[in-house]
Amino acid sequence: MKRWMNLKPDVFGRAVLGALPFIVIIVIYIIASEARLAENPRDKLLPSFNSMATTITNMAVHPSKRTGEYIFWNDTASSLKRLGMGIGVAAIIGLVFGILNGIIPFARANLSPIITVISLIPPLAILPVLFIVFGLGELSKVVLIAIGITPFIIRDLQAKVLELPKEQLIKAQTLGASTWLVIVRVILPQILPRLIETVRLSLGAAWLFLIAAEAIASTDGLGYRIFLVRRYLSMDVIIPYVAWITLLAFMTDYFLRLISIKAFPWFHSTDK
Amino acid sequence: MALIEAKKLWKEYGDNVVIERVNTTVEQGEFITIVGTSGCGKTTFLRMLLGIEQPTRGELLLNGKPFPEEPGEDRGIVFQRYSVFPHLTVLKNTMLADEFGQSRIIGKLFGDKHKQAEDKAKELLESVGLTHALNLYPHELSGGMQQRLAIAQALMKNPRILLLDEPFGALDPGIRADMHELILGLWKKTGLTIFMITHDLHESFYLGTRLWVFDKLRLDPDNINAYGANITYDIPVGKADRTTYEDIDQSLDKSRKILIK
Repeated sequence: MKRWMNLKPDVFGRAVLGALPFIVIIVIYIIASEARLAENPRDKLLPSFNSMATTITNMAVHPSKRTGEYIFWNDTASSLKRLGMGIGVAAIIGLVFGILNGIIPFARANLSPIITVISLIPPLAILPVLFIVFGLGELSKVVLIAIGITPFIIRDLQAKVLELPKEQLIKAQTLGASTWLVIVRVILPQILPRLIETVRLSLGAAWLFLIAAEAIASTDGLGYRIFLVRRYLSMDVIIPYVAWITLLAFMTDYFLRLISIKAFPWFHSTDK
Repeated sequence: MALIEAKKLWKEYGDNVVIERVNTTVEQGEFITIVGTSGCGKTTFLRMLLGIEQPTRGELLLNGKPFPEEPGEDRGIVFQRYSVFPHLTVLKNTMLADEFGQSRIIGKLFGDKHKQAEDKAKELLESVGLTHALNLYPHELSGGMQQRLAIAQALMKNPRILLLDEPFGALDPGIRADMHELILGLWKKTGLTIFMITHDLHESFYLGTRLWVFDKLRLDPDNINAYGANITYDIPVGKADRTTYEDIDQSLDKSRKILIK
């Protein structure tokens, strides 16, 4: 028999192997949940899929009696808005300073040290400062996400600009380009797909900061809801919410990648 | 007046002497091929012509004035690799020079000007044999086609000097012969001054009008950086014969053995 390192699963084998852990987890959950519910039908720790579905359907299709809002969709919209704004602001600032630092040695000398220091501050440690300065409204949450991921995006893009072959930059100069023209025609278009890559990498951190900010001071949002119902041990809300957040994160990542492939075919020429 | 003039030109990096006392003049329209062992200053010399390195002593003059200290439109360049822009198609890569020149804010042309630049680029691409590939991206081209594109791109600016840094080094021998024909044809048509670095002595003997050999006249085997390189052979290529070829080959071999151990 061949060595294990040389054996490869075929397409079907890959699909089965990939699905297996999911199935195992779901089966174990169902067994454990049924065992607990058989002993105590009012057990809250491992709710059945049925009760989770009922709870979420209630939250998604029936307006709340108190506020008249559809809680599930309202939470989703609030969270995605905060996340989108935070990431959008971070991406724009990151793009501007990443390119500037990468191409202009004076900018790099001037800004690199301060950005490195800022990137080392744990964003959650200054969350209270943000609440004090920006209030408990939307702004402080967006600012937390932006502060949390901007330094990473700047540093990553700066490195990506520095990785562009020097030959290209010299060639552009021999073709008569000014610094500005090199930026808009040579660097920016080549950095955009890399920006998408960097944003995809920082999505996890962005969600973390969003949930943290919502957990501490908010009146809606996915993170707020999870921390609110924790008091009542409402696992039938928490588990579907976590699954929903995971799905949203996955979809965001997937669509960003899709956009990148469609918009920058030359960039993806080497991946399969 | 000579186009380019080097007077007692030195280039050192600390204790490392790369080029030592080079004196030479180059006239408009010459096609100079440069050979030499690695580490013998031929690339450094080209980088000084390009403007990304400056001499440490002596003078390097362009039309009687010191060389500009950064790359400019009068000196085109083709590197061995990476001289085309991966995010632009062949046609856009070529048009870029005119877009840089005529649109200083957004670097893009529209309407009539766009049409003019496109026509000019198409004409040039035809002369390098890339008409069939106008809308392909560089990663879809072979190495030889990429170099053709890099040449067309450089010619858009009508530079007075074209610098070629081992442009065909990564190509197959058959394709290299095609490229020689192409570059000779373009040179005859445009009257450019060409500097071409190659490590193929054979190539340097029949391309161009003048051959330079960069080599170290004095070599201390224990401290190879103590002495710099100079132009040890400067011969019109038409007059070069078999004996000269073998002479050069032997002298290069000698320093290669000391320099690359």
